[in-house]
Amino acid sequence: MQQVLLTIVLAPLVASVVAGLFGAYVGRKGAHWLTILGVAVSFVLSTWVLRGLLVGDLAPFNDTVYTWGISDGVHMAVGFLVDRLSATMMVVVTFVSLMVHIYTIGYMHDDPGYQRFFSYISLFTFSMLMLVMANNFLQLFFGWEAVGLVSYLLIGFWFTRPTAIHANLKAFLVNRVGDFGFLLGIAAVLFYTGTLDYAEVFAAAPAIAGETIEIFSGRPWAAPTLICLLLFVGAMGKSAQVPLHVWLPDSMEGPTPISALIHAATMVTAGIFMVARMSPLFELSPTALSVVLVIGATTALFMGLLGLVQNDIKRVVAYSTLSQLGYMTVALGASAYAAGIFHLGTHAFFKALLFLAAGSVIIGMHHEQDIRRMGGLRRYMPITYWTALLGSLALIGFPGFSGFFSKDAIIEAVHASTIPGAGYAHACVLIGVFVTALYTFRMFFLVFHGSERMDEHVRAHLKESSLVVTAPLVLLAIPSVVIGWMAMEPVLFGQYFGQALMVSSERDVLAAVGSHGTDPAYFLVHGLTAPPFLLAMAGVFVAWWLYLYRPAMAPAIAERFRWIQGILVNKYYFDEVNEKALAPAVRALGQGLWRFGDQRLIDGAIVNGSARFIGWLSGVIRRLQSGYLYHYAFAMILGLAGMLGWLLMKG
Amino acid sequence: MDFPLLSTLIWLPITGGILVLLIGDRRSGLTRWTALGVSVATFVASVPLFSEFDRTTAAMQFVERASWIERYSVEYFLGVDGVSMPLILLTTFVTVLVVVAGWEVIRQRPSQYFAAFLIMEGVMNGVFASLDAMLFYVFWEAMLIPMFIIIGIWGGERRIYATLKFFLYTFLGSVLMLVALIYLYMRSGSYSIAAFHDFPLGLREQVLIFVAFLTAFAVKVPMWPVHTWLPDAHVEAPTGGSVILAAIMLKMGGYGFLRFSLPITPDASMTLDWLVIGLSLIAVVYIGFVALVQNDMKKLIAYSSIAHMGFVTLGFFLAYAIMRRTGSLTGAVMGIEGGMIQMVSHGLISGALFLCVGVLYDRMHSRKISDYGGVANTMPTFAALLVFFAMANAGLPGTSGFVGEFLVILASFRAQPWYAFLAATTLILGAAYTLWMVKRVVFGEVANDNVAGLEDLTRREALVLGVLAVSVLLLGLWPAPLLEVMGPTIDHLVELMTRSKL
Repeated sequence: MQQVLLTIVLAPLVASVVAGLFGAYVGRKGAHWLTILGVAVSFVLSTWVLRGLLVGDLAPFNDTVYTWGISDGVHMAVGFLVDRLSATMMVVVTFVSLMVHIYTIGYMHDDPGYQRFFSYISLFTFSMLMLVMANNFLQLFFGWEAVGLVSYLLIGFWFTRPTAIHANLKAFLVNRVGDFGFLLGIAAVLFYTGTLDYAEVFAAAPAIAGETIEIFSGRPWAAPTLICLLLFVGAMGKSAQVPLHVWLPDSMEGPTPISALIHAATMVTAGIFMVARMSPLFELSPTALSVVLVIGATTALFMGLLGLVQNDIKRVVAYSTLSQLGYMTVALGASAYAAGIFHLGTHAFFKALLFLAAGSVIIGMHHEQDIRRMGGLRRYMPITYWTALLGSLALIGFPGFSGFFSKDAIIEAVHASTIPGAGYAHACVLIGVFVTALYTFRMFFLVFHGSERMDEHVRAHLKESSLVVTAPLVLLAIPSVVIGWMAMEPVLFGQYFGQALMVSSERDVLAAVGSHGTDPAYFLVHGLTAPPFLLAMAGVFVAWWLYLYRPAMAPAIAERFRWIQGILVNKYYFDEVNEKALAPAVRALGQGLWRFGDQRLIDGAIVNGSARFIGWLSGVIRRLQSGYLYHYAFAMILGLAGMLGWLLMKG
Repeated sequence: MDFPLLSTLIWLPITGGILVLLIGDRRSGLTRWTALGVSVATFVASVPLFSEFDRTTAAMQFVERASWIERYSVEYFLGVDGVSMPLILLTTFVTVLVVVAGWEVIRQRPSQYFAAFLIMEGVMNGVFASLDAMLFYVFWEAMLIPMFIIIGIWGGERRIYATLKFFLYTFLGSVLMLVALIYLYMRSGSYSIAAFHDFPLGLREQVLIFVAFLTAFAVKVPMWPVHTWLPDAHVEAPTGGSVILAAIMLKMGGYGFLRFSLPITPDASMTLDWLVIGLSLIAVVYIGFVALVQNDMKKLIAYSSIAHMGFVTLGFFLAYAIMRRTGSLTGAVMGIEGGMIQMVSHGLISGALFLCVGVLYDRMHSRKISDYGGVANTMPTFAALLVFFAMANAGLPGTSGFVGEFLVILASFRAQPWYAFLAATTLILGAAYTLWMVKRVVFGEVANDNVAGLEDLTRREALVLGVLAVSVLLLGLWPAPLLEVMGPTIDHLVELMTRSKL
């Protein structure tokens, strides 16, 4: 088993190293065949492992690969924990990665950095696998930062573009803010449990439930709350939750394949995965769960709203991703971890599909990304059109599609939850359904239907993309449609995840959701009359009305509510505050400390000041030694007088 | 061990240096090859130090002991333990790279240049290997001379100001240490450092001695606020000088804390630990902000060094706060080990970064960030390596830069969560100043004609940086051997530093 797991991890790594360091020798074909082969091996083996775990041929694996170091009795290791949760993630990651690898052959066809790109995405696959397969916090953090590194490299892949290198620095730094909290969370875990190994930490967790810590004097905090909040800061960075979401829309500066792989399907879900993995800790702190719930709900609704005013096709999908990550976070906050991971899985398929479809459109449009200059593409790109339609229906949760089951489960779970913030969250996710449908079909109609608004030159060259592009679309469309129906019952209500997720009985909302019926058919029937379905249909209808039936109305409405439009277009002014207030303040502080503290105070006053003082002192002393006899005689007389005077006074 | 290994490591490079001087500048080819040969031989000779090292004991190993100045019972007394051995290896390793890096670059008086580095190598090995306080002091001060010459002769425009500042700062600090050492000799009748460890002292004497040591070591590390000599020295020093300065000389301050301050004055260390911890945290946060706004690449890396060395001193002094807060010593060893690894790792990473700046400087004769932009277009291999070292400098897991910071942050949470909070800001600040520099230098369109004309790394440069990259990666992926070597020594050290002398 260990050899299999090592192969899963190392195959993409080896391929990446070869393609990266010896790209010139292996050539373009060599690079893509090699990396595709590596990821394919990982995918096949991951599937084998998952199947083995599900049918019971294999037992969950938890063992050390090698000892990284032992310090102060703390054993720090690289090791794997592969249970049904991590195996599911492995399959999702390697499958989407494989699709993206194939797709890249078409998308990056003319790029001079071809080999470099393949090397990066394989390195990403390695890092992501290390993250999900970790059995301890050290390796989790390694994978966590490694995916951040590759994300940095890939967002800035076209490193001559000013926007790209701004975006990648921003992404790395914002993620580092999250990692800052995450690392402190790991330190807190070690402090309370004395170990970094998951199993040992979870075993020790119940014992620390009653411990408190005074972070601010006089205000004791429950130790689990502190740990979970710190860890969640990490999740907020990686999974782009408000207010650490600002990097994700900008990350669209990277090539589209990685937007699908990293910034939609896998890396950004690392935070969701981590919280689910840490469910034995989060279950100890209702406070932390409430925070998770409220942050997730805020992200789900308010980031979705921003999708309504975006005109860049990739940015619409990016804001949609933010919003959907919010849904997953809401599920975690409501203790419906299984629903969160379920949505993570379905979302990985349909969102990767939508991104790749957007990429196909971008190829067809000669790298035009503005949806206002598209329209009517369904005639030219039928495969892209139909797959995008399936992806969009999955995204808005149309009954029967995968997104329907996962999103409805979340909404129902929040409805059943009673922790503080659940009411707010429920309202947010419900309105969010309408918003999702509206922005999704706004984009869909503007791109594929209506009048053809592109220029003649582009129109003349419009054609369906090549097979390496469309095949992944089709292969992703299949699970986007069927996976929900197939997997819902075992994942949400059965023992799919086994012991990997822990929910305390008083917050078991999924059990409440399933109390009336657990089979997908029941859900489907129930869903057809429930508010989310009606809201989604309303969203599609409004999109049709505004963007196809009465295209003149949308600008009029925007004009009428210009202040709302302004807020949305400016993305709630997060970027403004960061770039016009925070960044300059930091630089000013640095300048102030340097110019005043270092240069004027320490160097100016103390170092050079003391040198000047010695210079001045010696100048004074030099004057005393003038060489004139009468000066010395005078000094002698003064000295004599002084001494006599002193003797007299004393005597 | 019969063979005088440590003496070899001290005197081989010194004799080699003199030999190089004798060969002179006219046969510069021979000069270079001799210098390379000597440095490689010294490195090879230092390998048994690691391979033959007994990992189960805290006792001194490879000991050599002979009387030197009998009248004052000064001895020629050498030996290494798990703390000094890795630093000697670092010295011999980095010196080889510095010799290779200076190969064609140094055209002015090459024999003196290489001789200075070889002699300095021997002297630095002497500092780490000395177990006699007076011998230690002799090496400690002797080290200043070659560095003074290196900056003064091969330095930049303001080299005289920089050398004077460097010399006076470090010299003033050291003088106080000399007073403390003589006092300890007069009280204990011996210059043996081990004897100092066991000699009982009152709190008042301890505080005075501690302050004297602190002055000497704080200047060397350097700690805030006695750090301002470092940016000037780095900016003016030639590349090789910067590398040795950052990689080895700063480590002597950290080493001094472990060898002298903590075990000789444990009660004073306990009383004044807040001072060192406070200054360390200031170094991490304050200097992080200062580094952000530098426009000179060398200055930026110099400030980054100060911030990184803040982790070293922080890790070393955590034990007392941990004991006060938790009532146990768990975590104290981790703090010190983290500090030690940070020293070794910083030696590699900052050395590499200074070499990278040197590569650019040799081509463009500018260290100004604003003179660059888009270097990746013309120097792709260089850019890849620079990004790698920048990531290591920002503490990316998998590189050595992560290990020390990680351990120190974990340990400092035990002492006080706020310490960990302030120390962890380096995750953000370190990434900000390093990657912002990378962005402005490496990425973007080709900024000007000078950048357009740049040529990528020569084989020699690629070799030096490649070797460093592999070391950084290796230490980051598998620090276990280093931790294993240090373990018993640091366990013993924690015992010494928490044993009251009152």
